[in-house]
Amino acid sequence: MGGTAMGGTAMGGVAMGGKAGKGGVMLWARRLRTGLRGWGGVGAMALVCALALAFALLLPLLGSRADGSAGGPPGQSGQSGPGGQSEQGGQGWPGPARGTQARAGRCDHPQDRSPSPADTEGAAIRAIKARGYLVVGVDQNSYRWGYRNPNDASGELEGFDIDLAHAIAKDLLHDEKLVQFRAIPTNERITAVEDGRVDMVVRTMTITCERLEKVAFSAPYFLTGQQVLAPKTSPVHGYGPSLAGRRICSADGSTAHDRLVRDRREHRLPATADISTVVPNQLDCLVRLQLGEVDAVVTDGALAAGQAAQDPTVGLKGRRFTTDYYGVAMNRKATDLVRRVNLILEDYRRDGGWKASYDKWLAPTLGRTSESATPPAVRYR
Amino acid sequence: MTHPPTTAAAPPGPRTSPAPAPPRRTAFAEGVDRLRAAAVTEPGRLRTIGAVLALLVVAFGAVTAWQTTGRATAADDVLTSSQPLSSDAADIYRSLADANTKATSGYLAGPNETRRTRAAYEKDIRTAAAKLVTAAANSDPGSPAATTIAELNTLLPRYKGLVEAARANNRQGFPVGGAYLREANDTMQHRMLPAAEALYAKENQRLLADYGDATPYPWAAIGLGVLALGALAWAQRRHYLRTHRVLNPGLVAATAATAVVLLWLVAGHGVARADLKHSYDRGVRSLAVLYDARVASLKARSDENLTLVSRGAETKRLTDGTAEDAYAWAWDREIARLGGKLRRASVLADDAAGRRPVHTADSSMREWRSRHEKARAKNDAGDYQGARDLVVGTDAKTSTTVCFDNVDASLAAALVHETDQFRAAARDGRDALTGLPAGSVVLALLGTASALLGIGRRLSEYR
Repeated sequence: MGGTAMGGTAMGGVAMGGKAGKGGVMLWARRLRTGLRGWGGVGAMALVCALALAFALLLPLLGSRADGSAGGPPGQSGQSGPGGQSEQGGQGWPGPARGTQARAGRCDHPQDRSPSPADTEGAAIRAIKARGYLVVGVDQNSYRWGYRNPNDASGELEGFDIDLAHAIAKDLLHDEKLVQFRAIPTNERITAVEDGRVDMVVRTMTITCERLEKVAFSAPYFLTGQQVLAPKTSPVHGYGPSLAGRRICSADGSTAHDRLVRDRREHRLPATADISTVVPNQLDCLVRLQLGEVDAVVTDGALAAGQAAQDPTVGLKGRRFTTDYYGVAMNRKATDLVRRVNLILEDYRRDGGWKASYDKWLAPTLGRTSESATPPAVRYR
Repeated sequence: MTHPPTTAAAPPGPRTSPAPAPPRRTAFAEGVDRLRAAAVTEPGRLRTIGAVLALLVVAFGAVTAWQTTGRATAADDVLTSSQPLSSDAADIYRSLADANTKATSGYLAGPNETRRTRAAYEKDIRTAAAKLVTAAANSDPGSPAATTIAELNTLLPRYKGLVEAARANNRQGFPVGGAYLREANDTMQHRMLPAAEALYAKENQRLLADYGDATPYPWAAIGLGVLALGALAWAQRRHYLRTHRVLNPGLVAATAATAVVLLWLVAGHGVARADLKHSYDRGVRSLAVLYDARVASLKARSDENLTLVSRGAETKRLTDGTAEDAYAWAWDREIARLGGKLRRASVLADDAAGRRPVHTADSSMREWRSRHEKARAKNDAGDYQGARDLVVGTDAKTSTTVCFDNVDASLAAALVHETDQFRAAARDGRDALTGLPAGSVVLALLGTASALLGIGRRLSEYR
């Protein structure tokens, strides 16, 4: 509102200046100005108000139109790429106004797109209660996040994500044991949610714009970003020039791999960096690293920390070079569940559950003071 | 071939030299002239006939000995060298596949890994290493087989290292152990087993080549034998027409000796050929199918284990765009291959004793399949512990371990049976040629001597 008002004044000023420049009629103009002095202020204010009103009325209209165009044709939305918000910046949009609106609406902060928390109970929650247990899609290969300890005779899964799933079950069904875990592959997370095979996916899943078109996310529950992992003795000291001539491993279809390919093409990564090692799962990169077949690994910092926890000779190098948030993925139709989970997350953060889980699983490798050590700030749609 | 009449008929050249006739002719031309003059006389003709008969019978004996020696050696190689080598290669193939199966089973069982599984894994590795040495000793340096053996020798320690890393990490409770195991499995299934399969194919080629050397008809020997018999018959007929004497004992004995060698040759080789063909049709072909079936069952078992180790860490993009767990997909493929091979083995098995283990394997495979489906359903439903109990448990009523063990044991029994069948038939085939080379030489020499004696007797009538 403030910006628009200032624009209105400036425009008025230019128009008057133009009139004043017309040589011989200066005297007449001056007399007119003195004549209008009283009414001019009132008129200018009226004009400003009218303009402001018009903008206020038009803004949501513009916004909704931009939303519609982004969500409509799948081809167009597909262009936005598989990565996080960082990929969206370079996309050419047809009009500047629409582009700005679309970015603000959809992709600058995908983690802020979750509905506000509420203690609602709709069809989705009723279905879970009728079934009597919660079905959660998890990973079994991410150390400290979701994995099965082979030495634990019970064979239960454990980790930060698993704790969160238990907390959700406890709130929904009043028993944290009433949860059925299903190990699902990385590239089936979205279809599993869409098909209804699972109620939710709690599996180090990054909130991205592209995924938001297919599933709904809870508010972010963890802050992370892409990071470099290398042997502690390695001269590699982060994402950048020290990777020149190094062999870098990344997981197939991961944000890390897309990012590596793009950065090398755009010369933000040394051309001599060898990024040809692509493996099915991020954990396979640790195998390659230990076998000496690669020199560095690029993956989510949280997962890289899980890798470092399994081998004391490797460590995280440099700071994270992207900002990603993990969220709980749910079906787009299950708005009641999404809002309820957001409420559960609020409690989980407030009652210390989050912190306890972090201290138990992640503090040993991520540290107690890192920016990931506190729950990310949450904003709702 | 040096016999007195010939030497007497062709005196050395220098003896014609005393007459220094104006047309000075060479000794060779003189000799030819004298021979030509002698040939038109009856003693000269008889000498020629004798020489030709002796030559034919000796040649027949020599060629028979030569051709049957080659075939007998090849038949012996089939039995004692190339088939055992081919079976060794199959053992390498099986040991490697089995080692992988045991490694994945042990991993999945974790702290409950049995001493038996562990011992079986170590034994498989030892067997593979030992048989690789045998195979290397029997391969020509620089041959494709030698290259394959060298590759397997390089991969085996790498594989073992990966498995041990998997085990050690698993003991520590690190999921990277699973990644090591997948890497080990990948090395085994995509690099070592194809190499072992290629080695087996190469050894099988050697076996087929030996069969190819052992079974063709010895046409040269047979032809010479028929020719010698014909010449002997003609000589006796000429003898009869000239002298009205029916029998020349020497020629009759020569004919008899030649006929015996020819009959022995045709019969002995015919029997050997039939036996060898039998050993191939009933033994080698069944064995090849059974080896394939066994490896398919071992691969299926590894995949079944890895489905539960990997749990979605690796997926396979299908043609319709959907993704499936890579190991579940591989299990489906291997179990289908096992079914196909068992059907084929059942067709090839030629007696009830051969069919029985194949049918047992087939019914165990069906049971395995249905139990596997139950385990997979449990896994998909999130009951991991239940699925794992079905796969590595020892409950005879529910566990797939039992079914797999039954398939493996039945196939082992079928392999023993077919190997016995092969051995019996191949031994009969080899034995049918026993004594033929030596016998043919002795009889041919006797025949030659008889023929010369017979002709000499006639010749003496002109002295």
